[in-house]
Amino acid sequence: MKILVCISVVPDTTTKITFKDNDTTFDKSSVQYILNPYDELSLTRALEIAEQNAGTVHTITVGESDCDPIIRKALAIGAHEAYRVDAQPKNAPFVAHQIASHVKSENYDLILTGRESIDYNGGMVQGLLAELLQWPLINVATEINYSDQEITACRDIDGGRENVKSSIPCVVSAQKDLCEPRIPNMRGIMMARSKPLNVIKAIDLPEFTEITKYELPPSKTGVKLISAENAEELIDILHNEEKLF
Amino acid sequence: MAVLIFAESDSGFYKKSTFEAISYGRKLADQLGTTCIAISIGNKGTENLGSFGAHQEVLYVNELYQTFNPQSYAKAISQTAQQLDCNVIIISQTYTGKSIAPLLAIKQNASIATGVIGMANTIDGFTVKTTAFSNKAIAHVKLNQEQKILTIIPNSYQINTYSETSEIINLEDTIAASDINSTVLSTHKETGKIPLTEAELVISGGRGLKGTENWNLVEELASALGAATACSKPVSDMEWRPHSEHVGQTGITIKPNLYIAAGISGAIQHLAGVSGSKVICVINTDPEAPFFKAADYGIVGDALEVLPRLTRRILEIKK
Ligand SMILES: Cc1cc2nc3c(=O)[nH]c(=O)nc-3n(C[C@H](O)[C@H](O)[C@H](O)COP(=O)(O)OP(=O)(O)OC[C@H]3O[C@@H](n4cnc5c(N)ncnc54)[C@H](O)[C@@H]3O)c2cc1C
Repeated sequence: MKILVCISVVPDTTTKITFKDNDTTFDKSSVQYILNPYDELSLTRALEIAEQNAGTVHTITVGESDCDPIIRKALAIGAHEAYRVDAQPKNAPFVAHQIASHVKSENYDLILTGRESIDYNGGMVQGLLAELLQWPLINVATEINYSDQEITACRDIDGGRENVKSSIPCVVSAQKDLCEPRIPNMRGIMMARSKPLNVIKAIDLPEFTEITKYELPPSKTGVKLISAENAEELIDILHNEEKLF
Repeated sequence: MAVLIFAESDSGFYKKSTFEAISYGRKLADQLGTTCIAISIGNKGTENLGSFGAHQEVLYVNELYQTFNPQSYAKAISQTAQQLDCNVIIISQTYTGKSIAPLLAIKQNASIATGVIGMANTIDGFTVKTTAFSNKAIAHVKLNQEQKILTIIPNSYQINTYSETSEIINLEDTIAASDINSTVLSTHKETGKIPLTEAELVISGGRGLKGTENWNLVEELASALGAATACSKPVSDMEWRPHSEHVGQTGITIKPNLYIAAGISGAIQHLAGVSGSKVICVINTDPEAPFFKAADYGIVGDALEVLPRLTRRILEIKK
């Protein structure tokens, strides 16, 4: 059983978002980076499945060398080997094509991703990858199990959930509740130093999309306070002035 | 050249987000001087989609579409786009839509933008505004390929109605059992509940509500108003509420017309999922709670006392 986990490196959730170069570039200075929270889940679940099936877990990240500390963290959590495609992750199709190109040179049985990266929230890489490889996709899974060449999973759907199964190889994306994310221990951190972190060259691709500008969402102009004694007034405003019901 | 919209349905009925997507598609088609075509999969056409702006509609009703498989749905949309020469495909950003759109992007060799929140600017190229950094920013995304796919966030585009009837187009559907590459074993839907992503009114509770025993106050207000219920992350982590109600950066992103937050402090990760709401009301005992800075209306007070009074007032008005 050989599993590939796609790891993205994203700004910490408390990051204040600012831009530079006339609002055309995200300002990375003083931003703290973390392992994408959903990818911590998929990595943990991959390790659990690998442990039960005498398997190995590889990670892959599309990013420049500043991602290496986060990749080492993934190795410290337990991944056996890491790959980094040395390029800026320009957009989801760029990332998916790079990963697909690596997958074609290895024999993976399963690819796990997060439901989305919390920076651009695209949630596309898993689907793009599945289609590029012609593998089945199970998206937004809260349970993933493997036995007898088959993946069974529970996925979120609009207004509920669904149990599905698929043959391997396939692509599954992780949703909250999948598992309790593992945190690296001292031994893991020591071992991670000598695990392979392979840097591979990016393949050339057309510019599918580009971000031409950023802006901040409109902010609220100020709160109107209503005293608790007159709480009903809130409903009257919502009804008469805001006409919300 | 035409605009194709995936008309998604749930249990045989079109979703509200479908009507938004069709209205969006029609506006875009008008702007580009072309036709707006809706494709419905697994729904016999319970309503004529001309009322929402479709000029034409294609209905695929093969029983293979009874259960959702991203691959077969993407194939149906792709074959339609090719046969009818469509170069822009519009999809609602639901769980279903999000699973289909990237597959289509590869099949069509298209540029794709997700999280779209406004009409495309087609004056100089093709640019859309999308959410980025979990609603903390808006990015202007330019789509460079000839073929384009947009997923539209529900509640971000208004529904327009037309006194028109669309023409039903019959296309040969080549779907086969071999196109289904995963099997649905069982489906569980929460019945009688308004899906959170589609809800126009949402009542949400946080840790300040103290425990599950007080959630009836949230539910009573929600039912009086016809609203959906949501919660903060710790509330779903402690299993006071199901994780499907968790909104925020690591939960669901919503854009309702009204968001009432009771006993929620307004942490940056929570705001990320709800700040797109049109009107935000906050009830919190702590006048310094950060949520008040992101709110339109605020009540400094005990939610356990305030919520029942709000419910009572709504019932009085509705009587
Ligand atoms: C990586 C990461 C991702 C995260 N993602 C999310 C996310 O997606 N969504 C999310 O919600 N959080 C998320 N969080 C957690 C977030 O940082 C906050 O901890 C969380 O939102 C706080 O929830 P809360 O407001 O319910 O609880 P608290 O912060 O404990 O706030 C409770 C509030 O209730 C008030 N209160 C107490 N009693 C009453 C009363 N009787 N009546 C009225 N008010 C009362 C208090 O004054 C307080 O403001 C994330 C955190 C991290 C690190």
